[in-house]
Amino acid sequence: MIIDINFIGLIIASIMASAVPLILASCGELITERSGVLNLGVEGMMIIGAISGFALMTVTGSLIIAVLGAMIAGVLISTIFAFLTQTLITNHVATGLALTIFGIGISAMIGKNFVGIPGKEFPVLFEGLKDTIPLLSPILFGHSIVFYFAFALPFITSYFLKKTKIGLIVRAVGDSPESASNQGINVKFVRYACILYGGAMCGLAGAYLSMIYTPQWIENMTGGRGWIALALVVFSTWNPIKILIGAMIFGGLTIIQFHMQAIGVRIPVQFLTALPYIVTIIVLVVISRDSRKIRLSTPSSLGKSFHKDN
Amino acid sequence: MLKIFIRSFVSSLVLLFTLTVAAVSKDVKAAFVYIGPTGDHGWTYQHDVGRKAVEAAGFKTTYVEGVPESADAERVLRQLANSGHDVIFTTSFGYMNPTNKVAKEFPNVKFEHATGYKREHPNVATYAARFYEGRAILGTIAGSMTKSNVIGYVASFPIPEVIRGINSFTLAAQKVNPNIKTKIVWAFTWYDPGKEAEAAKALIDQGADVIAQHTDSTAIVQIAEKAGVYAFGQASDMDKFAPKAVLTSVENNWGPYYVERVKAVANGTWSQKDTWHGIGDGMVVISDLDSAIPSNLKKKVKKLQSDLASGKVHAFTGPIYDQKGNLMVAEGKTADDGMLAGMMTYVKGVEGDIPK
Repeated sequence: MIIDINFIGLIIASIMASAVPLILASCGELITERSGVLNLGVEGMMIIGAISGFALMTVTGSLIIAVLGAMIAGVLISTIFAFLTQTLITNHVATGLALTIFGIGISAMIGKNFVGIPGKEFPVLFEGLKDTIPLLSPILFGHSIVFYFAFALPFITSYFLKKTKIGLIVRAVGDSPESASNQGINVKFVRYACILYGGAMCGLAGAYLSMIYTPQWIENMTGGRGWIALALVVFSTWNPIKILIGAMIFGGLTIIQFHMQAIGVRIPVQFLTALPYIVTIIVLVVISRDSRKIRLSTPSSLGKSFHKDN
Repeated sequence: MLKIFIRSFVSSLVLLFTLTVAAVSKDVKAAFVYIGPTGDHGWTYQHDVGRKAVEAAGFKTTYVEGVPESADAERVLRQLANSGHDVIFTTSFGYMNPTNKVAKEFPNVKFEHATGYKREHPNVATYAARFYEGRAILGTIAGSMTKSNVIGYVASFPIPEVIRGINSFTLAAQKVNPNIKTKIVWAFTWYDPGKEAEAAKALIDQGADVIAQHTDSTAIVQIAEKAGVYAFGQASDMDKFAPKAVLTSVENNWGPYYVERVKAVANGTWSQKDTWHGIGDGMVVISDLDSAIPSNLKKKVKKLQSDLASGKVHAFTGPIYDQKGNLMVAEGKTADDGMLAGMMTYVKGVEGDIPK
């Protein structure tokens, strides 16, 4: 096999494409968690986004409506979670798990009529520049708008949390809702907003899978990516840039292990398949071992319900 | 007096109810147990197409999807047998033991188990399809169409069914093109579009210009379409997902068998048997050949198809060697069904090892 420079560029581009849904869902969940809410329903919100996007694309024929619709669907289903956990003060873990089960079930029900229908081609940007620069061209050009958005998102999220007033409010609510409330911040409102934002990003992640990455609908097509996104948030210690690194390593190893199989590397295939999970965790644990920074970035009230009158 | 009246009223109600049930149960009711969701557009989807054919033939059917191959399967089977079903189709290999166990408890209910080999009770029949015949056709096309002489193959799990497919495919491809290499990538999933797409991309990046698959989703043919290489549909005709890439598909066609067996139950002619049908009996169907296939190859493929159907040609005809060069099937002989059912070694020409 000849390894030329464009081959490496192609591999990096496939790795980035496979990391997109993880980055989107993780960055959404990150905001939710930074406000002190643990939403385990990521997988459920993603699959709802996947079927909504695919269904709207098939029915309306409009990609814009489909993508926006998938995000709105994510918002709607996360509203259920927000209402239960914030207004009715239910347990975050149990409600989040229920949300995932609900999402998988209802997406299968809606999806019955959409099995076996081919998706539409999603337009890509800068396709004309594809062969201009060796190595970099396949990485930089010829991707969908969602792809570029996903790679900008960790930086936007980081800036938002560190440098903006609203970001500061979100962190305050996640660290000490009591103090925030005493400062006159409407904790419930902030948490509602963060949950709904997380839902929108998960919906977009799902739509990316069913409309752009593998344009089709089949049941359970998110295949556990929601859980990986959740794990990335924790192992990155709530740092959006580390989420980007983690998602790239995970996507990278998944793809590289297929390459190793195809080349005929004599390592047991089961080990290769487990590799992405193991290495991603190790790397993220190693780069996040500064305990002072962990304390700073971990939302101290994560998963705890907040009542205004206690 | 009132007590007696109530008692007789209740008992007559019960009697009426039993009579109604008895009257209804004269119509044969068939049940189907599925491993996956009917929305997988693959294995389970095709069984459900078969079920719909049974409905169309005028029988009542029930199905339960997503049944794990565990104690849950027994529970589901018992419940189906108890609720007036006359014949139950269990459509995954892992239902083998539960099917036989429950069959013993319900001797009047017929059980049909797909892809298994245990028939411990007279009311258990087994059936499977010779998909490897279809794969011999795909191999012939792939070997002739490849320019890079590298053929990619996305496999699911290392079980005889999959190994047999890889071997049959490779042998047929070698026959038309001795220089080809089959590169196997194990995805360790039956359907996960994302993973399948990544596996196919890796094979294409490494020079494969024809991709075969033994996983269920349409992601692979879509990736092939984008990359401008050829691919084959799995389980159903996938042409509409990738009109340029898909050269043909191997379709699982269970309908005729299901209708025949349910009719046999209705007529009282059902008996235990082991069915292993291929192209000849219509259980394995080859979809229309794509226009990208040159006409002389089309002729060759049609000839092979009819020879496989008539039994004139067997997909595993000797001499066949394994990877180390040991003789598996002698010259002039064909592999018997026992050998095919337990096939767990690659033939010569396949790259890599079978994961253990």
